[in-house]
Amino acid sequence: MVIGVGNEFRRDDGIGPEVVSRLRGRTPAELLVSDGEPSRMLEAWTGAALAVVVDAVRPGRPVPGRPHRIVVDQADLPGARPVSSHGLDLGDAIALARALGRMPDRLIIHAVEAADTGLGVGLTPAVAAAADGLAEAVLRDVQAAFQSSPPAC
Amino acid sequence: MTHRGHRTLAVAGLARVEGEGSLYVRVSGGQVEEVRLDIYEPPRFFEAFLRGRSYTEPPDITARVCGICPVAYQTSACQAIEAACGVSLPGPLADLRRLLYCGEWISSHALHIYMLHAPDFLGYPGAVEMARDHREIVERGLSLRRSANSLMEVVGGRSVHPVNVRVGGFYRVPSAAELVPLREQLRGALEISLETAAWVSGFDFPDVRCDHELLALRDPGSYPIERGTLVSSEGLEFSPADFERHVIEEQVPHSTALHARLSGHGGSYLTGPLARYSLNSQWLPPAAAAAAREAGLGPACRNPFQSIVVRAVEIVCAVEEALRLIDAYRPPDHPFIDTTPRPGAGHGVSEAPRGVLYHRYELDAEGIVRSARIVPPTSQNQGAIQDDLRSFVQDRLDLGDEPLTRACEQAIRNYDPCISCATHFLHLHMDRE
Repeated sequence: MVIGVGNEFRRDDGIGPEVVSRLRGRTPAELLVSDGEPSRMLEAWTGAALAVVVDAVRPGRPVPGRPHRIVVDQADLPGARPVSSHGLDLGDAIALARALGRMPDRLIIHAVEAADTGLGVGLTPAVAAAADGLAEAVLRDVQAAFQSSPPAC
Repeated sequence: MTHRGHRTLAVAGLARVEGEGSLYVRVSGGQVEEVRLDIYEPPRFFEAFLRGRSYTEPPDITARVCGICPVAYQTSACQAIEAACGVSLPGPLADLRRLLYCGEWISSHALHIYMLHAPDFLGYPGAVEMARDHREIVERGLSLRRSANSLMEVVGGRSVHPVNVRVGGFYRVPSAAELVPLREQLRGALEISLETAAWVSGFDFPDVRCDHELLALRDPGSYPIERGTLVSSEGLEFSPADFERHVIEEQVPHSTALHARLSGHGGSYLTGPLARYSLNSQWLPPAAAAAAREAGLGPACRNPFQSIVVRAVEIVCAVEEALRLIDAYRPPDHPFIDTTPRPGAGHGVSEAPRGVLYHRYELDAEGIVRSARIVPPTSQNQGAIQDDLRSFVQDRLDLGDEPLTRACEQAIRNYDPCISCATHFLHLHMDRE
């Protein structure tokens, strides 16, 4: 499944939902938009073989539109928070999922650096320009999962 | 920021409140000189964004203000616009609106109790650590939210952002058969909600009393959720149309926040579970009323630390009401009533999980929004929270900065501030001189 995390009324925070909307009709994977609240994320991805999450990040000195791809495998040691340095709420969702045994078999995070997450509609140019590339990258991950295992994502 | 020779404390990112905000405390000579709860970004963006839109759009747009209480925003918005159009929902549609709202109460309160607040009382840094030791307890919270989400999906179309709600009612009403599976889930939720109330009533509560005036809705015979008139603990009573005559919002220095007060009544006031409960406990349905008694609550509750107990009782209430409404459900003849726009203003109030949520819209003859005003519960509570923190900190100056910071964070969580409605970023800054 693909989960686009973000709020379209907070500028670049809308990149997650935007990427998901570009995937509609292009993949049999389940598509969701979420505000990223940890228990909601858990409910969405429990039992999934693969969950791909798309989210905006706000590092100290952003390069707007720069993408990151982070793979979180079930086998990773508990307590490791690979995304905490990026300031993603996903760290909380992952930690909670581990504590409850509710991680998807595989979690891939596509994070993109945001320029502006203040109130307003519309992505800033650099982030908007990254949307298509992100959508393609997500599709590649989803297609690889479909080819290698029964579709439960 | 540091002061030479003084202890300062800065904690980045207040954990476990929705959204972000900022708290500054200055102590001098053993006295709390200043407490500032600073929040940035009131819903001015949405008020401006709504201007020029059609009267059918505010419920959908304003639902995005608060990601965890979209139904509250949709309901207050719909009621304001319906009032502007001179209509109100007939019984069966009004009941369906209440049923949907019950789902949001269950979901929001369960989230707050299990994921945000209980860890404080049990000495855990967060829900993750609590989940490692007490998996089954956290699963209880998730189960309540699952039941709530199912309810909101069947009635509202989606749990995250109900798309089925429209001015005048709904786009589609469920058949009685569609509600049947919900009954089973909600019966399970009733058991769990009673367990939740018993569980939280056993926590240790500091003996604190808040003397603020309380403001809530009242709908005699019913515990107020989706509608009512406004009442206060000091005897005020007014209709939604008079909200802006009684509630005055004032700009606070150093903040884009507005602090609210009741006209002619001086200081801050409090809205939310404590206010609702203290002003309406006699109308709780039977299982919720019993849960309140067993939890040791009297007819009113003024201890902010016990608001977690009140929220648990309100979950029982919402589950019980949902079951009653499902059992009594007869599909309405038509999913919505006609709403013809006309020039003028309309006002709507409902009890969001966090308290009274007011919307006002002014329409022109074509139904275009000329102006909008949204007053969220957390905005209204800012002053009261700040006042309570002042005495809270004053009584705990003997604590070191670290434990005092954690105690302040826990105290703020009593009010379940949804500062994503009004804020951007929070940290605690403590200045001791």
